[in-house]
Amino acid sequence: MIRQAGRSFWKAPSALPGFSLSLGFTVAYLSFFVLIPLTALAIRPWEHGLDGVMAAVSSPRAQAALRLSFFAAAAAACINALMGGLLAWVLTRYEFPGKRLADAIIDLPFALPTAVAGIALTALYAQNGPIGGLLAPLGLKIAYTPTGVVVAMIFVGLPFVVRSIQPVLQDLDQEVEEAAETLGASPWQSATRVVLPAILPALLSGVGLAFARGVGEYGSVIFIAGNMPLRSEIAPLLIVTRLEQFDYAGAAAVGMTMLVLSFLILLGFNSLQGLIARRGA
Amino acid sequence: MTVHALLPASVTPRRKACGRALLIGLALLWLVLIVIAPLGVILVEALRKGAGAAFASLSQPDVWAAARLTLLTTAIATPLNAVFGLAAAWCVTRFDFIGKTLLMALIDLPLSVSPVISGLVWVLLFGASGWFAPWLNAAGLQIMFTPVAIILATILVTLPYVARELIPLMQQQGSDEELAALTLGARPFAIFFFITLPNVRWALLYGVLLANARAMGEFGAVSVVSGHIRGLTNTLPLHVEILYNEYDFVGAFATAALLAVLALVTLVLKSFLEHRHADDLAARGRR
Repeated sequence: MIRQAGRSFWKAPSALPGFSLSLGFTVAYLSFFVLIPLTALAIRPWEHGLDGVMAAVSSPRAQAALRLSFFAAAAAACINALMGGLLAWVLTRYEFPGKRLADAIIDLPFALPTAVAGIALTALYAQNGPIGGLLAPLGLKIAYTPTGVVVAMIFVGLPFVVRSIQPVLQDLDQEVEEAAETLGASPWQSATRVVLPAILPALLSGVGLAFARGVGEYGSVIFIAGNMPLRSEIAPLLIVTRLEQFDYAGAAAVGMTMLVLSFLILLGFNSLQGLIARRGA
Repeated sequence: MTVHALLPASVTPRRKACGRALLIGLALLWLVLIVIAPLGVILVEALRKGAGAAFASLSQPDVWAAARLTLLTTAIATPLNAVFGLAAAWCVTRFDFIGKTLLMALIDLPLSVSPVISGLVWVLLFGASGWFAPWLNAAGLQIMFTPVAIILATILVTLPYVARELIPLMQQQGSDEELAALTLGARPFAIFFFITLPNVRWALLYGVLLANARAMGEFGAVSVVSGHIRGLTNTLPLHVEILYNEYDFVGAFATAALLAVLALVTLVLKSFLEHRHADDLAARGRR
């Protein structure tokens, strides 16, 4: 074989044109819009050293905000796993009038601007609202409490879970379930022993996405949360508050902590998913 | 059909039908509570004082200024991200090189970053005590609290959408057609415009649709960098917040209804593309 001139060790040879141009543009664009900005996020918190970062992250207010964002997102993701799983099941297995409409409307939280969702959920779940009014006599308050934060995160996370499970359920042979039932399994047994193991990896990845989205969610939460420091203030709002006080390092410290924590949690999720997939195979 | 004859007595067809109705009812009730009711309440609240009041609040000059800025932002951010998506998909799917996985991870990164952080990073760079502040001051330039900052934040938030639609599709299509054209003597320009682009046009449109919806509705990132100057740096979603905080609920919900209509149009176009051109979008198990 004749050795071509200009062949490099890091790129496989290809006859197609445009490698340098497309790679150059991609790298330049990513550097300007993603790499440089996120480098600033990684470096700015350390302006006042390690003590500065610790002080910014460990103040009671920051701790409360981070805890609320992460725990509310976890609660919302769990509820979405259950109800999103049910919705995906109903949409793939049953026929009923309005099914296509229901299927299309699942994506509304993707398309609806978060601020719009926020004021709508607040109007709905406030004590003088249509649903909040029904729950108020029962002593249930949703808007302006941490529960409201969870409700908003359920809204934004729902499509992630449904859309992750749906294709897997579609591909899962119904004959397997029928076989289980002819062998004497109850519908509950066939759901938990046959269907659940098959969809578990997809379910986990959908729940992970919904969780990550919930942790960072801002627009739909701030209207319904009430935003009381130490009680119903989410971490992204704390970032905004610190920016308004020109505390750049403090704001960046909270932002960096959020990113690192969600990254670690998602990493754990992914390895769990890999473990399950390997065991199932 | 025949399977029912084999089923144990506890699973009668009637019990199955009951269970099915119960599950459908529960799922639809949840959908109404979480997704459909919020949509309905926007309309009800916007029309609380009659359609006249709603339209009157929509014809305020501030609303028009906000709508213009939203359209301007989208008109700049979406085409740039579309070009980026095409370039990224071309180099990632047509060539093998070291560092490709890292590049693809970087493309997806903005999806897992909080919108507020996507705004914050620009303040850290261009804000009053940002990294580039001395240089900007010397040049007499202002980026924070101008439409430029809003466009930068919007580009960061919507950067992955087009690339993520194109990469799996172009991977699946492979480069056979382009290589055939090359051996027949086609020039790079012709290969791209007569083969690659027509092959991915529906996926490109789909990605642009998603990026567009996100760009028009972005709130968190834009809110951090905008400064909320009415008539100057206010986008439609930010205007919703201002009106709401001023207790102008009819105005807030009328503007929200406008954005909700845009979201519904997006959904209709999206399901049209998914049903009509399912084969031309990436294989992802969609019906």
